Amino acid sequence: MIDFGYSLTASSRISLDNIDQKKIKKITAIEPDFLKCMACGSCAASCSAGNFTKVNLRMVILLLNRGLDKEAVSLIEGCMLCGKCTLVCPRGINTRNLIGNILKIYKEV
Amino acid sequence: MNKQVLVIGGGPAGLETAGQLENLGYKVYIVEKSDKLGGHLLKWDRLFPDSISAAETLQKLLEPVVHITTFLGCEVVSVNKTGGHFYVQLSNEATLSVSSIVVTAGFSLFSAEKKEEYGYNIYNRVVTSADIESYFKTKSDDRIQNPKSIGFVHCVGSRDEKACNKQCSKVCCITAVKQACEMKELYPEADVYCFYMDLRMYGRGYEDLYLEAQSQYGIRFIRGRVSEVAEDETGRLVIKAEDTLSSKPLKITLDLLVLMVGMVKNSDNEKLSSLLNTRLGDDGFFQCANPILRSTEGESEGIFFAGASTGPKTLPESINEAKASALAIHGYLSKQK
Amino acid sequence: MIVNGKQKIWSEYQKDIPDDHYFYVRSCIRQNFFPASEKIFLDIVQNKLGLDFFETEHHTTCGGIAYHSDTIPMETLMTIVARQFALMTEAGYKNYVASCITSFGIYTEILETWRHFPELEAKVRENLWTVTKREFNKPEYLAHASDVIYKLRNQIASASVNKLVNKETGEPLRVVDHIGCHYSKMFPSKGVGGAEYPYVLTGMIEAWGGEIIDYPERRHCCGFGFRQYLVKANRGYSLSNTHKKFESMKPFKPDMIITNCPGCPYFLDRWQYVISEMEGKTYGENSQGIPVFTYEEVAGLVLGYDPWDLGLQIHQTGVEPLLDKMGIVYNKADKYKL
Repeated sequence: MIDFGYSLTASSRISLDNIDQKKIKKITAIEPDFLKCMACGSCAASCSAGNFTKVNLRMVILLLNRGLDKEAVSLIEGCMLCGKCTLVCPRGINTRNLIGNILKIYKEV
Repeated sequence: MNKQVLVIGGGPAGLETAGQLENLGYKVYIVEKSDKLGGHLLKWDRLFPDSISAAETLQKLLEPVVHITTFLGCEVVSVNKTGGHFYVQLSNEATLSVSSIVVTAGFSLFSAEKKEEYGYNIYNRVVTSADIESYFKTKSDDRIQNPKSIGFVHCVGSRDEKACNKQCSKVCCITAVKQACEMKELYPEADVYCFYMDLRMYGRGYEDLYLEAQSQYGIRFIRGRVSEVAEDETGRLVIKAEDTLSSKPLKITLDLLVLMVGMVKNSDNEKLSSLLNTRLGDDGFFQCANPILRSTEGESEGIFFAGASTGPKTLPESINEAKASALAIHGYLSKQK
Repeated sequence: MIVNGKQKIWSEYQKDIPDDHYFYVRSCIRQNFFPASEKIFLDIVQNKLGLDFFETEHHTTCGGIAYHSDTIPMETLMTIVARQFALMTEAGYKNYVASCITSFGIYTEILETWRHFPELEAKVRENLWTVTKREFNKPEYLAHASDVIYKLRNQIASASVNKLVNKETGEPLRVVDHIGCHYSKMFPSKGVGGAEYPYVLTGMIEAWGGEIIDYPERRHCCGFGFRQYLVKANRGYSLSNTHKKFESMKPFKPDMIITNCPGCPYFLDRWQYVISEMEGKTYGENSQGIPVFTYEEVAGLVLGYDPWDLGLQIHQTGVEPLLDKMGIVYNKADKYKL
């Protein structure tokens, strides 16, 4: 192929049309409160790991809903399971349970 | 006590005010520019947040006014104030002499065609929230054919300088959540999305409805504006939106798009305000004497308000204002000779 | 699609376009990209329709290409434009027509700026006087050449020998219209049809027998962007925009593309080759590419000019399949003859 000196840039647009629903259904079945998240950010604000790493549960839930599973897993791996997010979640989601199960379902071994 | 009051506008606020005033012993006239009483309430199916039937509510509002003199298909043509009396001429040549006037002329729905980028009346599958209520009542709309994916766009024509309407229309967020749940009930297999800027769930029971929408109905809420709507080769709608929480543009193909149209001023508010010598605010709605203590009283003597004529309101607020207005009128007229 | 919905919007965005007596300014680069386009425009309006279109060899670039590439400041741009207006005033004209869409955007933007900031206009008048001892009047009407062809489309249709119809099947040709960004996106009221559903090219196509396709990325920029294209490292960004448009129009199976900007047809035409090298995919029927035309070239084809007199041999995406589809007779051997 000719080297033009430039190449096509991939679009960063998220398409909601072809998100694989299987894993989302699995996580929702184990932790139905997953649906209740209103992206308020209380979890991320209180996160112990969040001060030093990119761990951010609000972002993880959003990414999973957008079908960006790999990025989601990389953001949650640093979680220390300290439980502060569970304490503050205004919707009463059991976030520790959620995190553990996200890793179980989404993390590729 | 045979003082006379004119109620301009036969919607829910006007009906409640008229009923209350008649109860207090006054002679009431209702003038309504369309050919039916009931205002916008005639169009709705179920009311938020508890799904109370709109038709039944309207029925209860119409009962007390059966014997009240009503002028349908009429408008106010001229108003002459002398002393404590208003001499009003209507478009059907009738003249009334009243001691007080209540403006319950309500609001207009934003014409969704003005937001050209959303393609209302251009693309078949774009409808408004008013069309959806009508669909629930009649169960038939050519544009709605077994949709597998439905989107709701909040703030159409509200909070929008380009549409010349800076105000928030108050009721659209809760209506969107309500209609999203109702559509999901009709089409349980459909994916339903709400594109919002803010979710204004201020009232009692609203936050519960939002929670129910998420956990029970699986409605997905996406924070960000829809920028463009287009059709793909099969006639389905391709929506472009901004996903503000992930800072990325978003695309989705839908079978139906519902535009939540806002409450805007009536186009004849200006004419009415000059006839009655009472001010309009910058947003084109009527101005009251004091927004905290006298929100149903006008700045000029003898003029009163109730309902959405002074700004976007929910139905229970309009009904409460109607009762308050009737009481204020009663206080005013009792002091007159 | 509900057609009268679009027609309602078009009727709200009607523009006053004078019939005659125009001062015509050419584009810097169009003669290189699409030779004969401007010549055909003048031939149609001056010779075929006998109108008064004046052009002078003393006019310069409008400065738009330099301005949008961040090489000259706004004040310089305004002074260059002021000189153009001075030439128009000296020639005794009040109607100004530009061949290039970026020029049209520049002129509209400057006239609007002067309307809001009259002190800037006064300063520019002073600049112009100091540098050239010229004075100017602002044009009464500013049009783009595609507006003029749009106004004359029915006359062109009555004088036409070919229609935008597939000769074999009798079906109207499926045409994609691409409007230059500077036409109506900046000032929707200055473009025929507004910004969302521009009508200037649609009107021409409909008058000449074709069918317009509405596809999701219709309003998307072609990616020219001046700065994006001129710097080699950014060219991929330009390319990706055009790629997005082609991917979106592909399922609608268009026969041809019509545009009204100098840069856009250049890109839509040339990038098809680059995409086919990079992705191994060629668009269009039989993978022969989708031919891209300027509106003057389409007007010329419809009026029966010889394709090689219209400069179509310069197009990278071959136009012969479309000419055959339209049933236009041409001599293959004459293609590159002078």
